[in-house]
Amino acid sequence: MKYLDEYRDASIARALAAAVARRITRPWVLMEICGGQTHTLMKYGIDQMLPPEVELVHGPGCPVCVTPLEVVDKAITIASRPNVTFVSYGDMLRVPGSRLDLFRVKAGGGDVRIAYSPMEAVRVAREHPGRQVVFFAVGFETTAPANAMAVLQAAREGLRNFSMLASHVLVPPAIRALLDSPGNRVQGFIAPGHVCTVMGYREYLPLADHYRVPFVVGGFEPVDLLEAIRMLVAQLEEGRAEVENQYVRSVTRDGNRGAQEALSRVFEVADRKWRGIGEIPQSGLRIRDEYAAWDAERVYDVESLRVDEPAQCIAGEVLKGMKKPVDCAAFGTLCTPENPLGAPMVSAEGACAAYYSYRRNLVCIG
Amino acid sequence: MHRMTVLLGHGSGGKLSAELMRDVFLPAFSNPILGRLEDQAIVEVNGTRLAFTTDTFVVKPLFFRGGDIGSLAVHGTINDLAMGGARPLFLSTAFVLEEGLEIDTLRRIAQSLAAAATSAGVTIVTGDTKVVEKGSGDQLFINTTGIGLAPEGLNLSAGHARPGDAVILSGPIGDHGIAILSQREGLEFECPISSDSAPLHTLVEAMLAISSEIRCLRDPTRGGVSSTLNEIAAQSRVSIQIEEKAIPVREEVRGACELLGLDPLYVANEGKLVAIAAPSAADTIVAAMRAHPLGREARVIGRVNDGHPGLVTLRTVFGSTRIVDMLAGDQLPRIC
Repeated sequence: MKYLDEYRDASIARALAAAVARRITRPWVLMEICGGQTHTLMKYGIDQMLPPEVELVHGPGCPVCVTPLEVVDKAITIASRPNVTFVSYGDMLRVPGSRLDLFRVKAGGGDVRIAYSPMEAVRVAREHPGRQVVFFAVGFETTAPANAMAVLQAAREGLRNFSMLASHVLVPPAIRALLDSPGNRVQGFIAPGHVCTVMGYREYLPLADHYRVPFVVGGFEPVDLLEAIRMLVAQLEEGRAEVENQYVRSVTRDGNRGAQEALSRVFEVADRKWRGIGEIPQSGLRIRDEYAAWDAERVYDVESLRVDEPAQCIAGEVLKGMKKPVDCAAFGTLCTPENPLGAPMVSAEGACAAYYSYRRNLVCIG
Repeated sequence: MHRMTVLLGHGSGGKLSAELMRDVFLPAFSNPILGRLEDQAIVEVNGTRLAFTTDTFVVKPLFFRGGDIGSLAVHGTINDLAMGGARPLFLSTAFVLEEGLEIDTLRRIAQSLAAAATSAGVTIVTGDTKVVEKGSGDQLFINTTGIGLAPEGLNLSAGHARPGDAVILSGPIGDHGIAILSQREGLEFECPISSDSAPLHTLVEAMLAISSEIRCLRDPTRGGVSSTLNEIAAQSRVSIQIEEKAIPVREEVRGACELLGLDPLYVANEGKLVAIAAPSAADTIVAAMRAHPLGREARVIGRVNDGHPGLVTLRTVFGSTRIVDMLAGDQLPRIC
């Protein structure tokens, strides 16, 4: 397939891995931020191609994984109401809340539907004026503009039966929290290509300066990731801490201005809880007061709902790159994709699910 | 903990489906014939070996590119018989109709079903109709039950794979699932994808005529090739390794899977089969398959190995290895 096969070419991939091996002189700990990148690394076994000096730890960039328990409970509360049609991206449906998940709400008679775009939810609201339609808007800066557009569209049409349960989070504050935490081991970051497509890489320049840590904006195909790793290793070996862009076919310094404008019209920066990590100041987005009529938290009065995270799941440490999924006592035994204790075991992008699906007992195959 | 209820995932052909079988149906119905867990039962009556199977079809939309629920109901049941090496003879059809369904729609489906049966050489000899209240069904469900003749001495089973055996696939994967999904989601692709729905019994006949070294035949429907291979590996207590570059996937199906965030190994097929055969016979079998219109792109995609019973792995184009697991429920579209 054009524009894909080139980035999955085995000989190019091998050459890049060899270049990393030639350049590296000592161990480095690298983190890919985005869950989509984790998935590619595991699916193609990229880590198996790299020299042992490269240690890859997996970042907090899986939107499903970092959505806090109380937001999932809010979703379940709203979706359980008889007059509500609850529309969500597919992988949020299996995320366990404190008692149920959305699949079970559906099995219990709730009108829960899977969509590929928030605009589908707007369409459902338009076609069914008698139903209250709520879209579950999770994700990073990547999905926020489309969700903003859905609110703007609903506002333009005066669709009062549409609202959005928004739980958006932002990457740069999470990186700051990670680098500030005392146990941090990460020495270089593969910055998230899709987030940067929207936001540009401007925001990462002060981070690289302040923390003296290199960033390379990376894509999502095997060759993208290997090239990003090669660029990161080169920076580390040369003692540089710059922001470089590997994903040039999609990312620019300033990003997509139109998308950013839509985003800031509807959303404002706010404190946000991250599942397993806790509250990070100014790390998320909430719907502006101007659009309160489309904010499901306010429409359904679930703003004040508070829930504590379960203790047995080490998702927080996994999401911060301090532990690997296999370090968890519950991994693959108490916690599996069929019975997930924590969100990283649910989403295909979650580090635990990626390890479970692609690696589980490969260790003993050798 | 919550009380267990049936989830949509219980019908996905993955681990949840297997759990229902293990925890509910097998304990209730336990007997040695059912316990073989094949796509069909082979029963002996007065010295005649009969293959017997049943399947229910709940596809949405009812009409899709490459077929409809009627033709699918014929092909699905024929294929379950064919995977036991049997010659399909007779079918029953039972309709569950929802109040309000247009008679014209029903007529079109009945005609398609009849045409599919005629062209496959099977006869519909009995049937039933029930109507449920509006809202208690989704337009129309069809059950078909099939009877066929199983050849003397033939014993195909998912438990018969042996280390060293070849894994053969009859053609490109994922066509049916993507055809249905793209139509359901209203996705239009430049090259429209058609379902591969087709009766496989003549292909199987050609394979069995050329070789007695076929150990197992399976059609990778719900849950795709990955679920089928996982079942074979588990039942035969072997591991299976497949080669990523050997697995044929149509360009347009690959594109749709990329777009939708799906893995073709988990997408349903309705006109493909997986065969496990002795390594020495693999080339002959593949040649015979390629001579048949439904097996033109047949090829060996992997090997059966010793050790790690139940494990299926894939060697990527980069030479690295990963697990091909059985899914818990349906593949879920990802956020981004």
